[in-house]
Amino acid sequence: MDIFLQQLINGLVVGSIYALIALGYTMVYGIMQLINFAHGEIVMIGAMVTITCINLLVGAGVQLPGPALLLVGLMMAIPVSMFLGYSIEKIAYQPLRKAPRLAPLITAIGVSIVLQQAAMLIWGRNYRPFPQILPSEVHIIGGAAITDLQIAIIALALLLMGGLFFMIEKTKLGRAMRATSQNPEVAKLMGVNVNTIVSMTFVIGSALGAMAGVMVAANYDQAHAYMGFMIGLKAFTAAVLGGIGNIGGAVLGGILLGVIESLGSGYLGDLTGGVLGSHYKDIFAFVVLIIVLVFRPSGLLGERVAERA
Amino acid sequence: MNALLMENNRKNTILLAVLAVVLAVLPWALGGFFENGNSWLRAVDFALLYIMLALGLNIVVGYAGLLDLGYIAFYAVGAYLFAILNSPHLQAVLPAWLSHPPFLVMMILAAVVAGIFGVLLGSPTLKLRGDYLAIVTLGFGEIVRIFMNNLDRPVNITNGPQGINNIDPVQIGGYDFGRPIEFLGLTFEKIHLYYYLILAFCVLIIFVSVRLQNSRIGRAWVAIREDEIAANAMGINTRNVKLLAFAMGASFGGVSGALFASFQGFVSPESFVLMESIMVLCMVVLGGMGNIPGVILGAIIVSITPELLRDIINPLQMAIAGKRVVDPENLRMLIFGLAMIVIMLVRPAGLWPSKRRRAELKPKTKDIALQEKDSLQDAERNHD
Repeated sequence: MDIFLQQLINGLVVGSIYALIALGYTMVYGIMQLINFAHGEIVMIGAMVTITCINLLVGAGVQLPGPALLLVGLMMAIPVSMFLGYSIEKIAYQPLRKAPRLAPLITAIGVSIVLQQAAMLIWGRNYRPFPQILPSEVHIIGGAAITDLQIAIIALALLLMGGLFFMIEKTKLGRAMRATSQNPEVAKLMGVNVNTIVSMTFVIGSALGAMAGVMVAANYDQAHAYMGFMIGLKAFTAAVLGGIGNIGGAVLGGILLGVIESLGSGYLGDLTGGVLGSHYKDIFAFVVLIIVLVFRPSGLLGERVAERA
Repeated sequence: MNALLMENNRKNTILLAVLAVVLAVLPWALGGFFENGNSWLRAVDFALLYIMLALGLNIVVGYAGLLDLGYIAFYAVGAYLFAILNSPHLQAVLPAWLSHPPFLVMMILAAVVAGIFGVLLGSPTLKLRGDYLAIVTLGFGEIVRIFMNNLDRPVNITNGPQGINNIDPVQIGGYDFGRPIEFLGLTFEKIHLYYYLILAFCVLIIFVSVRLQNSRIGRAWVAIREDEIAANAMGINTRNVKLLAFAMGASFGGVSGALFASFQGFVSPESFVLMESIMVLCMVVLGGMGNIPGVILGAIIVSITPELLRDIINPLQMAIAGKRVVDPENLRMLIFGLAMIVIMLVRPAGLWPSKRRRAELKPKTKDIALQEKDSLQDAERNHD
């Protein structure tokens, strides 16, 4: 029982991070039908910038409590990521709006390679440890351990998701975003500046991504120039699982994927008598994805959309 | 008109003859021009393998319009099949008739087994479209890789992350490709022999691709790519034709995988990561989807550019700064990524797009636009 609860908690933590990143994928997809392959790299850069800032502050002898240091780091990383997201869209995607569908996919891959290699040039090839500045108090709930950090991650992720929902459903900007995603041409006729909306989508998605990156780094105690690739892949899988282009779907898919992965890696070995170990957990995620898509070809919450060639 | 056609034909024949001569002497020319000619020849051998892969993926993505992000899995299947049947690793348990099969049998086996994997991937994904298909194929590629990485327990089939060593080179007509062969006063080393072998298969695959393009099946693929429902209405069995695209593309991958394994003498899961699938896709799209010369060009550029940069960047850095300022490995990949972005921005349909695609992208000529307008007005008038 307590193992189950423990894996569930771990899954929820990882899942809410996936969900935050998946939101970035799904928002961009909903508006431009584009897989933004570079989003994982933004997540990585968010984590790297934060770690560098905290290390600089600590090195300069600034006496602040851990969470405050983290906040300062985040305040630096979020604008950097926002700026990157904005420029990527302007440079690599906007000129290709009317091009064949796969063209922006290739530039996205190009951007991803450039950011990854640039990060390697700046921060080197090694793992960067996350500074030990956060209190590591452990609470025991029903036989399972949960740290302050994990509670904070889940709470912040929920808060951010709630904020995003509110923005999309209630504000003028959100209404313009929904209109653009339904039909950019008609949205334009209604006085929506589509270019601004697309830029805003990238900026908001990148900010969420940067925060998710810091959560990943804090949760695993390390960051690496290649980390964006795998985490981006997982988050994209989550977005597809929930139905890409659907905000609620991204959240559901992310949390589901995190929990499935965590429970899968915990129980796979026991269930199969040790034949399949926890190193098959990535397969677990993909197999679930394939099964879901066989029965629901547009994801869990996705609507049936017409194919765009 | 006829004379013009013959003129064109003659030109093409001459061009092909020149190309054949160039390709035949290329290994010796490389050896003559460069100090490290053999490492360049190795790069060329790999470029040829990538051409085969890109042409295989071109069938799935370029002809049939099915976005496949896990294509490298079929390359892996071919490579591992060759490795298992032709290395000491599993000799003890393999039945005698299966170990070291004759070369042609081996190649056919690789094509067939990879093709079956293609159908295996294709059948659950028939209903999926666009990006949903992309993510499932990506998942499939990862599943194959993870299995290869972990199938050393409980029964050791793939030898896990260490990979399979000591793969025997191919033997054709009693000649062992692992040993130098003397012929016409020239010494053909392993790398030369494999160059000609891979080139032969490359030509075969180009031939098959060309013949497929305007065949009944090829046109059916294009019809599905443009509009699946309309294709279905025209009497195309979309299910079978799509599965055929997956199987055909996969079998190309399987063949080149088998050649890769025997050339390299070693396979490990590291050669079949997602990035490789993405690179092959880049070759197809950068070159010009659906156009065979374009895809070949894309494959050559994407596989040779990093090698070229390797030889340029470090000396240049030394000349300018006098010391190693940045890691050349990172810098070359960075430049490579930038080049990809720039090429796509300048030529969104690829470097050498197919005629059909070019026609789609170009704005209509004035005459056609006028004609359409007239016929629309006619239709309206008739309606009244």
